Parts: sequence; C-alpha cells; structure tokens
Amino acid sequence: MTAIDPTAHLSAEQIEELGRELDAIRDEVIAARGEKDAAYIRKVISAQRKLELASRGILLFSFFPPAWIIGTAGLSVAKIMDNMEIGHNILHGQWDWMRDPKIHSTTWEWDHVSPSEQWKHSHNELHHTYTNVIGKDNDLGYGIMRVDEDQRWHPFHLGQPLWNFLNACFFEYGIAAYDLELGKNLHKRRRNNPEFRARARAVGRKIRKQVLKDYVIHPLLSGPSFLTTLAATFTANLVRNVWTHSVIMCGHFPEGVQVFERRSIKGETRGQWYLRQMMGSANISGSKAMHFMTGNLSHQIEHHLFPDLPSNRYAEVAVKVRALFEKYELDYVTGPLPKQVFSAWHKVFRLSLPNKKPKVKTPDREQELAAA
Amino acid sequence: MTSTALRSRAWKLMEMVTTPLLPSDYLDLVSPLRAGADLRGRIEAVHPETADAATLVIRPGRGWRGHTAGQYVRIGVDVDGVRLWRAYSLTSPTDRRDGRITITVKAIEDGKVSNHLVRRAVPGTLIHLDQPTGDFVLPQDTPAKVLYLTAGSGITPVMGMLRDTRFDDAVMVHCAPRPQDVIFRDELHDLAAGDKLRLTEVHTATDGILDIARLDALVPDWAERETWACGPAGLLDAAEKHWAEHGVPERLHTERFRAGVVATGDGGEVTFSATGKKADADGATPLLDIGEEAGVLMPSGCRMGICFGCVTPLKAGAVRDLRTGEITEAAPGVLIQTCVSAAAGPCDIER
Repeated sequence: MTAIDPTAHLSAEQIEELGRELDAIRDEVIAARGEKDAAYIRKVISAQRKLELASRGILLFSFFPPAWIIGTAGLSVAKIMDNMEIGHNILHGQWDWMRDPKIHSTTWEWDHVSPSEQWKHSHNELHHTYTNVIGKDNDLGYGIMRVDEDQRWHPFHLGQPLWNFLNACFFEYGIAAYDLELGKNLHKRRRNNPEFRARARAVGRKIRKQVLKDYVIHPLLSGPSFLTTLAATFTANLVRNVWTHSVIMCGHFPEGVQVFERRSIKGETRGQWYLRQMMGSANISGSKAMHFMTGNLSHQIEHHLFPDLPSNRYAEVAVKVRALFEKYELDYVTGPLPKQVFSAWHKVFRLSLPNKKPKVKTPDREQELAAA
Repeated sequence: MTSTALRSRAWKLMEMVTTPLLPSDYLDLVSPLRAGADLRGRIEAVHPETADAATLVIRPGRGWRGHTAGQYVRIGVDVDGVRLWRAYSLTSPTDRRDGRITITVKAIEDGKVSNHLVRRAVPGTLIHLDQPTGDFVLPQDTPAKVLYLTAGSGITPVMGMLRDTRFDDAVMVHCAPRPQDVIFRDELHDLAAGDKLRLTEVHTATDGILDIARLDALVPDWAERETWACGPAGLLDAAEKHWAEHGVPERLHTERFRAGVVATGDGGEVTFSATGKKADADGATPLLDIGEEAGVLMPSGCRMGICFGCVTPLKAGAVRDLRTGEITEAAPGVLIQTCVSAAAGPCDIER
C-alpha cells in the first residue's frame, strides 16, 4: 500500500522458499522444546505470584512513603509480568504442549478487564491471521486512528494524538471495548443481539471483580492505609497500561512497517502469509530485562511468524530470522524502545493531518541496482 | 451460621482478594500437599529392584483416601516438560505406618514414562495423583486356596496383596526371562522359605514362554484355587481360554496393564462423541473440515494452526499434525488443534 512495495524484488518461488525456511526454523524449536522451557514458565509464574503477594503485603503499610514506593513499583512489575510474559503468551497456546491444565490457553485468566476468551478471539484469531490488513485487523489503530496515508482523512482524526494518549492510560478498558467491538455493536440494531449482550455481561463481571479487588478490597484490608493503597493500585494499573500500550504500539506502528489491502490477501500462500508478518511487524532492541518486561513482544517479528512458540525461544529464533531478512534483502525494522515509541507517536501525529494521496510506483529493479 | 457456611464465606472473600487467580494458586506455592489441594505426591526415594525396575516411595497429599491391595493409581509426571499420565499398581501394604505409598515401575522399551521413572526420577519431585482404583483385589473373606499367575511387572499388584494379607495356602507361578529379572526376588524367596508361599519361577529365556498346559504339572490343584493373573496379553488370553475350557472361568481374575494398542495409519472413522455423529476421514483433511461437513458445530478460528481457537479433547484414537507429521494419541487431558490435525486411524473427538 505504500508507494513502493519493498517485496517486489522477490519472485513467487523465492517467497515459497522463504516460507519453507521459516517452517524449518519452527520445526527445529518444536523438536527441542522440553524440560528447560517448562521450568522457565513455571519459574516466571511463581516469581510473579510471589512478587504480587509481597507488593500487596508491603502496601498494607503504604501510609509510610518508602513502603508506598516499593509496593507500587513491585505491583506494577507484577501486573506487567502477568499481562505480558505470562498472560499474553499462555493465551497464545505457547505452553499448551506441556499438557498442564493450569498453564493452558483454555483455562488461563489474567489480571485484565477483558475476559481471556474474548481477547483470544480478537487477538489470536483476527489480529494474528489478518495482521495489518486494513479493514480486517482492527489492531491497526483500534478503529479510532488513521494509520496509513491511503486511509481517508476525517476531521475526527485531528484528535487522534489525544485518543491515543487516553487509550494508553486506560489501555485495558480500551482492549475490552475493542474485543467487544463496542463501536460497531452499540449501533441500535446490534445492541440487543443476545450474543453481544452475553459478551458484554462477561466483561461487566470481569470489570466488577477487578475493580472490587484493586479499589475496594485491598484498600480496605490496608485499614489506615486505605487511601494510599488505593492510589498505589491505581498507579500500578496506570503504569502497566502505559507500558503495555507503548510496547504494543512498537509492534506495528513504527515508520517502515507495511500495511496491506484486503484484496492483497486473497488466495495468500503460506510463504506470502509469512512475508506479510515479516513486513507488518517491528521489533524493539535492548537487554534481556527489556525483552522480559515486554513479554518478549520486543521480538514482535518472530512472534508474528511463530505466535505459538514459547516466548523464551524468540531471542534465539531472532538470529535466524534476521539472517533470512538479509538473505532476501528485506528491511528488519527494529530499534531501541524510545526510538520506536517516538516513531510510532510521530506517525500518529503525522496522520492526524490530511495528506495527498500517494502515487503508486512500480519499483524499477534495474534503476535500484544501478543506484546501489 | 454454621462453621461450613462461615468457611465458605471466608473462602469467597479470599477469592475476591486473589481474582482472577484462586487462593489455591497461592497456597500451592507453599503447600502443594495440603488438604483441599489437587491430589499430588512427592517422590521421596527411588530404590532399584532389578536392572530395569525401581520402586518409588511417594508421600501422597492429605487428600489421599487410601487403597485396597491389588489396586492401581494413575500418576501424572512431567517428562521433558510434558505431563504424561500412566497407571501403576500399588506395591505398598495398606497399613504402612508412615503413610507413604510405593509403586514399582518396570522400564519398557521406548516407554517414555517408565524409563523416566526408573532411570531419571529424583527424590523431591512433585507428581500428580488420582485416587486409587481397580477391582483386581481380594474378596472380603480371604479364599482358602489361592493361585497367583504372573509374568514380568505383573508381579506388582500381587506383591501389594502378598505384603498385605496372610494366606493359609498360596501358590505363585511367576515368569521372567532370567532369575535376575525377577522383581522382588529376595522378598519372594523369604516368603517361600517361611512357608508363606509356594513359589515356582519360570525363566522364559531358557525355558521358553510358559505353556499354560504345564499348570497341571506345576500346580495340580489349580482348578480348585481362586486365581489372580497379571502379565502380558498372551499369557492372560491363554489363561482365560484354559480356565473356560475347564469350566471354572469364575475362579480367574485378570488385570491387563495396557489397553489395546492404538492403531495409527492414514485416516479412519471419526466419532464426534458429544453429538453422536460419525464420519470417514482421510489422512490429509483437517478434522475441523471433517466435523463441519458432518454437520457438527466445531469451534474454529484462524484455520491455520496459530490461534488455538479450535482446541478440542481427543478422547480416543490418534491424530497426525499436518504440519509436522507428529502423532498425538488420546489420553485424559489431551487437546488437539482440529484445524491442523488429521485422523491417524479411528478416533473420537469430543464435539
């Protein structure tokens, strides 16, 4: 959809060969999955639970400022771990192979207002199948933003930096609304659809439980620290929301990431599907700690190619995937978090304004080679 | 308010504190064997019995209800990160003072779980347990004359009975390849030396497989004895035929360790057990498509194996992953992605 198709230099055979090479990478990891991987996720889950327990314990004394700071920081990290490295990845079925009914995509529930069942549908099924296809993948702008020059501009889009900021602060609610397809379903005729109502009730129940826990029960348990604990849980939720929103924005929004037209995926082959994932995702570079705190979504490209591989394997897979990008002369979009966040926000601002319709150029391979 | 009602209120409050997790998710971190927890056990010791058999001493969780001699227990063990469930006979007496239980495992060729337990299991490991079950047990009144006909690891449920009960007249015919392959050999010989058991060992490596007709010579009064037989299918089939031919089938009690081997091939008849529908499947069509064509409401999602929106329990049979060719056999708790799995023989999908 962008002016120049960055994959135009690949022949159909090359794209299928690329698909086979990616399949081989996947098979290799699957064959090697084992005890160490299982121990990894168990360790992360156990660490998350202990951290949350300890932080909530400390917050019982949150009227004492150092306790407030430590407890809030701990709870923020615990909530990020729950959503990212644990929840997101388990709900992808990355750990289903362990056959542990307690760590399974069909049974897991996360500390988030969107019920995992609904999130799995909108995220695993719609977003991951139709990655970056305008009109099919609503993750692109969550239905409230303009994300590509080709999309028609509307005065509503002038406000999109503000919408995006609010969405970041209350991200879990944004996701819940998005999983419910609230915008579409609030339409008069659809509001009374029993299936929608049942799903809305499920979200309502989940919100009630989460709110009761964070803003009533735990503050009450803190007694004299009621208000400070309330402030702490609010802050932890805010930190978690802004963090996850930032990480997720980096996955598909930075400059250089491609979006696709609906008709481009008709009859898509496995190789073409892989190629779309490669061109439609972006990574975040950084330390091991950074990868962990993003739930390894810093390896967004690898995650989109292989959404069901255990997250602790993405780092080693990334080396091989990157080599394929080089081999096939494709652009591997990556960068440190601040750069990627800036890039994504820059796009949000840029596209809030109208632009001229870009002309579609066919790349001239000869000319490109001569220039290079 | 009764104490039960009070406790359930308190538990509800606890659930509000821990949502979306359950209080037990936190309690499991510190006390996985407590009362009220999912039933688990901890391996406390592993004692080698023969070159390829070992006894595991297990401390069961507080919820363990106790067993009857001769029964088995299903245990769930994580092997290479994958939880696998197998059944093993309990070999400990029912009144063991320290409350521990034992199972005795023989490593079978290519047996993932048995080899793991015999050769790699380490004390301290947590395993998952079911309550004991099985009707390969003695009646309320111990029979006056008993015959045990066993082979290989078929000795294990019988050992549970021998350790638990005093017999007036018990005879055992046990088959194993060589003397050193006889599990519990020392203990059996001690029982024989103390006149508590009349023991005949058949060494199949030198004598060949036991011909059931030899029983007349080995145990002339076999037909008068209440008999418990456990071992390979061949031995049990022969025994059942022999007892029936002599008109005393009710005196024979058998225990088969392995259900029929799952036949894996290309395609087969698929049963959708929840709806009762059936359909023929080839080895290349995803079960999702087979089900939908048969008019079964199948959960579905991306249809390419990435979203896990179609996972469904596999109740019987085997399926093949169309991407990797890997075979998955039915077992409790096994779920398959129907969009990338094809029938590898007859199978049963819970839809």
